[in-house]
Amino acid sequence: MSVVIGKRESIRTRAVQCAFIAAALLFLFFFLGIPLVSVFYEALHEGLRAYGSALVTADARSAIFLTLLVAGIAVPLNLVFGIAAAWLIARFDFHGKSLLLTLIDLPFSVSPVISGLIYVLIFGMQGLLGPWLFDHDIQIIFAVPGLVLATIFVTFPFVARELIPVMQQIGSEEEEAALLLGASGLQTFLRVTLPNIKWGLLYGVILCNARAMGEFGAVSVVSGHIRGKTNTMPLHVEILYNEYNFAAAFAMASVLTLLALATLVAKSLVEWKFADARGGSVRYVATMEKKIS
Amino acid sequence: MNIELKNISKNFGQFAALKSVNLKVDGGELVALLGPSGSGKTTLLRIIAGLETADAGSVLYNGEDSSTKSLRERRVGFVFQHYALFRHMTVFENIAFGLRVRPRAQRPSNAEIEDRVMKLLKLVQLENLSHRYPSQLSGGQRQRVALSRALAVEPSVLLLDEPFGALDAHVRKDLRRWLRKLHDEVHLTSVFVTHDQEEALEVADRVVVMNEGVIEQAGTPEEVYHHPNSPFVFRFLGDVNLFHSRMEDGKARLGPNGHLKEGSEESCVFVRPHLIDVKTQSDGSEHFAARVRHINAAGPNVKLELMTANGEAVDVTLTQEQYRALGIAKNDQVFATAREMKVFVEDYSI
Amino acid sequence: MLLKRNTVLPGFRLAGGFTVFYLSLIVLIPLGAMFVRASSLTWGSFWEIVTAPRVLASYKLSLGTAFAAASINAVFGFLVAWVLVRYPFPGKKLVDALVDLPFALPTAVAGISLTTLYAPKGWIGQFLEPLGLKVAFTPLGIVVALVFIGLPFVVRTVQPVLEEIEKESEEAAESLGATRWQTFRLVIFPCLVPSLLAGFAMAFARGLGEYGSVVFISGNMPMKTEITPLLIMTKLEQFDYPGATALGISMLAASFLMLLVINLLQWWSGKRLGRG
Repeated sequence: MSVVIGKRESIRTRAVQCAFIAAALLFLFFFLGIPLVSVFYEALHEGLRAYGSALVTADARSAIFLTLLVAGIAVPLNLVFGIAAAWLIARFDFHGKSLLLTLIDLPFSVSPVISGLIYVLIFGMQGLLGPWLFDHDIQIIFAVPGLVLATIFVTFPFVARELIPVMQQIGSEEEEAALLLGASGLQTFLRVTLPNIKWGLLYGVILCNARAMGEFGAVSVVSGHIRGKTNTMPLHVEILYNEYNFAAAFAMASVLTLLALATLVAKSLVEWKFADARGGSVRYVATMEKKIS
Repeated sequence: MNIELKNISKNFGQFAALKSVNLKVDGGELVALLGPSGSGKTTLLRIIAGLETADAGSVLYNGEDSSTKSLRERRVGFVFQHYALFRHMTVFENIAFGLRVRPRAQRPSNAEIEDRVMKLLKLVQLENLSHRYPSQLSGGQRQRVALSRALAVEPSVLLLDEPFGALDAHVRKDLRRWLRKLHDEVHLTSVFVTHDQEEALEVADRVVVMNEGVIEQAGTPEEVYHHPNSPFVFRFLGDVNLFHSRMEDGKARLGPNGHLKEGSEESCVFVRPHLIDVKTQSDGSEHFAARVRHINAAGPNVKLELMTANGEAVDVTLTQEQYRALGIAKNDQVFATAREMKVFVEDYSI
Repeated sequence: MLLKRNTVLPGFRLAGGFTVFYLSLIVLIPLGAMFVRASSLTWGSFWEIVTAPRVLASYKLSLGTAFAAASINAVFGFLVAWVLVRYPFPGKKLVDALVDLPFALPTAVAGISLTTLYAPKGWIGQFLEPLGLKVAFTPLGIVVALVFIGLPFVVRTVQPVLEEIEKESEEAAESLGATRWQTFRLVIFPCLVPSLLAGFAMAFARGLGEYGSVVFISGNMPMKTEITPLLIMTKLEQFDYPGATALGISMLAASFLMLLVINLLQWWSGKRLGRG
C-alpha cells in the first residue's frame, strides 16, 4: 500500500483484522464445523461394529444401490443435455436465447417439493396420465422411474450452467479453424471442443452427481418410502431417524457426508487444474455456478 | 486460383458492414485489405473464407460460385488474428491436424504426415519446438505455427486476418519481410487484412483501401500512395496536413487568409509534411508564414510543428541536413511552400 | 427457433432440437401440467385453499424464517467473504473449500445433524436450554437450518466482486485523504451492494422452498412450525391433490418473482462492474 501507516495504526489494523477473522471463523465453526463433526461422532459413538452393521443391512444395501442407479441414469442424461444446450447457447445467436437460459435455470429456483409434485400430478393415480398408466400396468410414481425423473429435474441445470460460460470464454475460433482445415462437425467436436471443455464438464458432472445422490425433498414426494424398493440413501436416513435408530441413521448419513467431502475435494482439484489450464480466470466461472446452484 | 467477389453485401442487424463490394484477386497475387476498424475488411475476409455468408452477392473461385461448397471443399488456408491454435495439442499435432482429419482414403500415412509437418516446421524455422504447446510459444512463434498449419493442407488460397496485429513492433517487421519472402517462394493467392498502412504498402502486390463497407480504392502501393482518389485514402496512407481553402478560377488558394468567402466553392487541400519547404526569408512566392511552435529533432527526420497566423497547426518533416542548414529555433518566424498538394473539392468530412 | 446470424458451425438444429425436446419433457410439460390441473379449480376455491388460516400461518413462518436466515447470512456471509479475500491466515484454502459444504451435503443429513445438536440434550442445545432458549422444534430451529442451507450464497456472490475491485481505487481514495472507514463506506461498499443483495435474494429464495433440512428440526406443528413445502407434502399424503396443486402454484409464483428479482440484481451487479 502506498500510504504510510503509523505504527500505532498498524497495530490497531492488525487487531481489527484478527477480530474479523475470529468472528468469521467462529461463525463457520458453529454452522459448518460442529454439524460436520457431529455426524461422524453420532455415527461412531456406538462403536465400529454397530457402524458397520448399520451399513450392510439389506435395506441399507438396497438404498445404496438405488442411489447409485438413479444418479447413474440422471447424470449421463443431464450431461448430454448440458453439452447440447451449451453448444446451442454459446455458439449460436438466435431469437429467444435469454428466455431459454431462464428456463434452463428454472429448476434451481423451484422448491424440491414442487419438483416432485409436478410428476405426481401427471403420473400419480389421480394424475393426468394416472388411469392410462394403471391400465397398462406401468408404474412411475412410487417406483424407480419417478425417482429418476425427479432427480433429473432438480439436477437439470448443473452441467449446462457450468459449460455455457466456459464455452463462451473459449470462443469458436478453434472450431472454425478445424472446419477450415477440413474436419467434419463430429471430428471438430471430439478433437477440438471436447478437450477444451473437459474440465468444465467434469466440474459440472461432480456437482450434478453430488446433488443427484443427495437429493431429498423431490424424491421424497415421488418415492412412497417403500423400504428395500424406493428408498434412496437420504430417504433411508430419514426412515431410520424417525424410528429413533439414531446410530444407524447417522451411519448412513456419514457415508453421504463422506461423499459430500469427496465432492468438495474433487471440486477444488478441478478448480485448480482449471485455473492452470485457463490462466486463473476460472474463479469467476466457478462462482457463477455457485451463485445459481 | 483467382477469387472474384461480386456485389457482396452484409448486414449485422441495422449495421451495414459491406455495401455491394466488387473485387478481383488474380492467381498468385498478394492483396492487402486495408482500413480502419469497422470498415468491413475482416467481414469481407471471412466471407471469402466461407466463415460468414453474404446477404447478397457471390464469391467465385476460378469463376465457380462457391456458395454451395462446404468449408472442406473450399480448401482455404486461414490464419486467425489470435491464431486459434488448438491449445491442447503440440505444435506438431496442430500442424498435422488438417491431414489427420481427412477421410481414411485420402489420409496420408503417419510417415508422410511426419515428413510433411517437419518440412513445414523447417520452412518456418521451428524444427526444435515441435513438442511444445501453444502456451509455451512467443507470439511470433505462434504466428508461424498458425501459418504452417494453414499451409499443411495445401490450400488453394491463403487468407490472413491481421496477421501481425498482436505482435511487438520489432517482431512485426521481421515477420512482414518473411511473409513477403514466403509468398515469393510459394506463389499462393493470398489476401490479408490490416489496419496498418505501412504494413500494407510494404508487403502487398496490391492494396485495397476500405472504409465504411465500401472499397475506396484498389491499386498497387505506388498508385494508392501517390494517386489517392479520395480524401479518405490520402489521410489513411500517411501523415497529412489539411487546409481549408476556397477555389479561385479553378485553383485552390492556400494561405493564412484562407477564410471561406460566402458562396465560394469549398475545397480541402492535402499536403504531406515532407512535401513542404521551409525558408527563413520571404521571397514573395511562399504560401504562408508561420511560427515554429515545437521542434523534434530526435530520429532520422526533424519534425516541426508550425502555427499559422490564423491558428492552424501545420506539421512539416525536414531532413536533418535541411534543418541544420535553416538554423531555426523555437518561436522563429518561417515561410512555408507546399511542393505538392492534392485538392479535393468534394465532401471531405471524414 | 430462428438463427439471428448465419454461422458455419454445425449442429444448430441437432443441439436446438434436443435442448428444446428435453427441456419440454422434463421441465415445461410437467410444470404446465400443474397449471392444467389447477384450471379444474374455480377461482373461489383456489383462493379459499391458498388463504386458509393454516396456510397463511405457514406463509408467515416460511417468509419470516427465510428472511431472518437470509439477513443473518447477509451479515456473516459478507464478513466471511471479506476475510477470505482480504486477510491472510493459515488454512484459508481449506476454509474456502468448506464454505461450499451446504451445497454438497444432502439436506437430510444437515437436518438430522442440526436437530441432534440443538435438541435440549444436544451439544449446543444443552447450553441454550438453561438460558430459556429453545431451538429445536421451534421457528428458531428453522432459522438455524436455513442459515446453514443459505450460507454459501452471499459468500459466493460477494467474493468475486470483492476480488475484482481494483486496489487502485482504494489507494486513490486514501491518497485523497479518506480514512479507512470512509474508503470502505464510500468506495468499496457501494460496489458490493448489488452482489450482496443478489446473494441475500438467493438465500431467501432457497430458504422459501427448502424442505429436507427443515422437516427434522421444525417439529412440524400445524399453525406453529409448519412451513409451506411441508404443508404441500401433508396434503399430498392425504391425497388432497387440488390443495397441493393450489399451494404449489402459489409457491411457484413466489419462485418466479424471486427469479425475476435475482436476475435484475445480477444484471445491476454486472452493470456496476462494467460488464454490461
